Amino acid sequence: MAKKTFVVGCFDDEAVLFPAVKKTRLAGYKIHDIYTPFAVHGLDHAMGLRETSLHTAGFIYGITGTTTALSGIGWILTKDWPINFGGKPHFALPAWIPIMFELTVLFSAVGMVLTFCYLCQLAPFVKKHHFHPRATDDLFVMVIETTAKTNVEDLKGFLKANGAVEVDVQVAEPGWWLGRYDKEQQLIRDVEVA
Amino acid sequence: MAALTKEQFEIPAKMRAWSLGLIAAGVLAFILGLVTKGLSGDEHKKAEFIGTLMYNSIFWLLVCNASMFFICITTLAMGAWQVAIRRIPEAISTLVKIFGPIAFVILVYVVIVDHNHHIYHWISDEAKEDPVLKGKLGFLNPTFYLIWTTLAIGLWMLLGARMRKLSEEADDAALRGEEPGKSFIWRNTVSASLFIVWFALTVGSTVPWLWMMSIDAHWYSTMYSWYTFASSFVSGMSLIALWVIYLKNKGYLQYANEEHLHDVGKFMFAFSIFWTYLWFSQFMLIWYANIPEETVYFKHRVDGPYKGIFFLNLIINFVCPLLILMKRAAKRNYTLMTFMAVLIIFGHWIDFYQMVMGSIRKEDAGISWLDFGIAAFFVGMIIFFVGKALASKPLTPKYHPFMKESIIHHT
Repeated sequence: MAKKTFVVGCFDDEAVLFPAVKKTRLAGYKIHDIYTPFAVHGLDHAMGLRETSLHTAGFIYGITGTTTALSGIGWILTKDWPINFGGKPHFALPAWIPIMFELTVLFSAVGMVLTFCYLCQLAPFVKKHHFHPRATDDLFVMVIETTAKTNVEDLKGFLKANGAVEVDVQVAEPGWWLGRYDKEQQLIRDVEVA
Repeated sequence: MAALTKEQFEIPAKMRAWSLGLIAAGVLAFILGLVTKGLSGDEHKKAEFIGTLMYNSIFWLLVCNASMFFICITTLAMGAWQVAIRRIPEAISTLVKIFGPIAFVILVYVVIVDHNHHIYHWISDEAKEDPVLKGKLGFLNPTFYLIWTTLAIGLWMLLGARMRKLSEEADDAALRGEEPGKSFIWRNTVSASLFIVWFALTVGSTVPWLWMMSIDAHWYSTMYSWYTFASSFVSGMSLIALWVIYLKNKGYLQYANEEHLHDVGKFMFAFSIFWTYLWFSQFMLIWYANIPEETVYFKHRVDGPYKGIFFLNLIINFVCPLLILMKRAAKRNYTLMTFMAVLIIFGHWIDFYQMVMGSIRKEDAGISWLDFGIAAFFVGMIIFFVGKALASKPLTPKYHPFMKESIIHHT
């Protein structure tokens, strides 16, 4: 994949980060992502990210599991190899419900983990570019994607003026596979100002 | 500060009229039922009448008591989100003071005054000869029934009143600051623990055995009390949701928003699933083992006159909440939440109907005007007295130490 140029601004305080995020979006810059040491409440909202559809995927995996279990056991125990268990009918639905439940949970859990890895572009042996090592320690790292039209020096100055303690420019690969998660980010400039 | 005046609930005339109308309809149904069934001299009709009074009074009492359980359990868990809506479960729990004595009178009438072995078989003299019942008579006897019922209802009232009394301090600016706040939380924790322990010993175990399971004196299920608890708790949460939505629609509760409703909705969803889990655990083991002394409970319910009600119960209380309340947006939608709350309360009322009436009159089933009439009485009482309790205090415990955390709550 093509390499891109990113401007990285590091903040040491959430209280500074939030207004900076808002101003960055207002100015029309495209935030690639923000790396934080812990989950920051309301940051997804401030960044204008859409609601994740991971749970919808989970629901679909879940009903796939239910269907798999029901049709599997149903076929085996009524058509393929009916066995008399303690005089119960061959179609012994109550006895199957625990298995249907377990398969529902298994399918949705495994499916959601894999989907999550795909969305975050995580996989074994894949090295992700780290924009700043202290993002896992005490810094809130805001990464802004540049385009041909972006004036990098202006952007650096802009971040500094908005409280970034450290600013630098990095060239990195944004993702390693199909499907960029941030495809649908809306610029606040287009939504609220226009 | 104009918005703050909306923190004092005023009972609308329409609400008062509706509640009084429902109560009047209930009283009318009671009188008609008493004349046509209660005093008819026919043992079956009389048992039907008393059974209707029993399951209604027990159900609505436990639903209102579940509100106090909700307050105590969130207090013990150091929960803060519920503080903005806390006055609602508090107001609902005041009904225990009224429904408690009503249920007490009905139950004690059945056991002590009427000695009704048509309902409680263990009261009859035959029970002393019965090899199964003989072993249970230490628990199932009128003296213990009277003592335990008195203690159960009395302590729910007493410990609940303690929690409500403590909550009044949150209207006083004296609670500001770290020291008074800490002491307030500590005293709340102690009171809530007392209630929870007593709740576990009663609703969580003995009281459903004593009041309802012993109607089928030979039969027993270890799931029964939790099942009853889950039923009443999920209805209790639905009742809280209804009041939150009502007050929001009237422009009250400025600090509560869809985040708080979402959490109430999560309780409704989660405990519907929990109820189903217990329903299934009780049913599946008995179905699988297929031992006559256990299947006697389910025989006429699954495959007899109660079949329709039995499966309707499962659809309303499991399938509907599962499919409708699963989405995040549904739990934040007033219309859907109102619909589901009403449906869940109705569903668990049906559940209690089949638990009690399914054991009293096994030969035929049918929800009649009497069931709806008696339920109307309790609903009317809830509307009337919850409204009154809400109007007696500010709707927001302004100086509660966790108030800010509740306002900025985000799910």
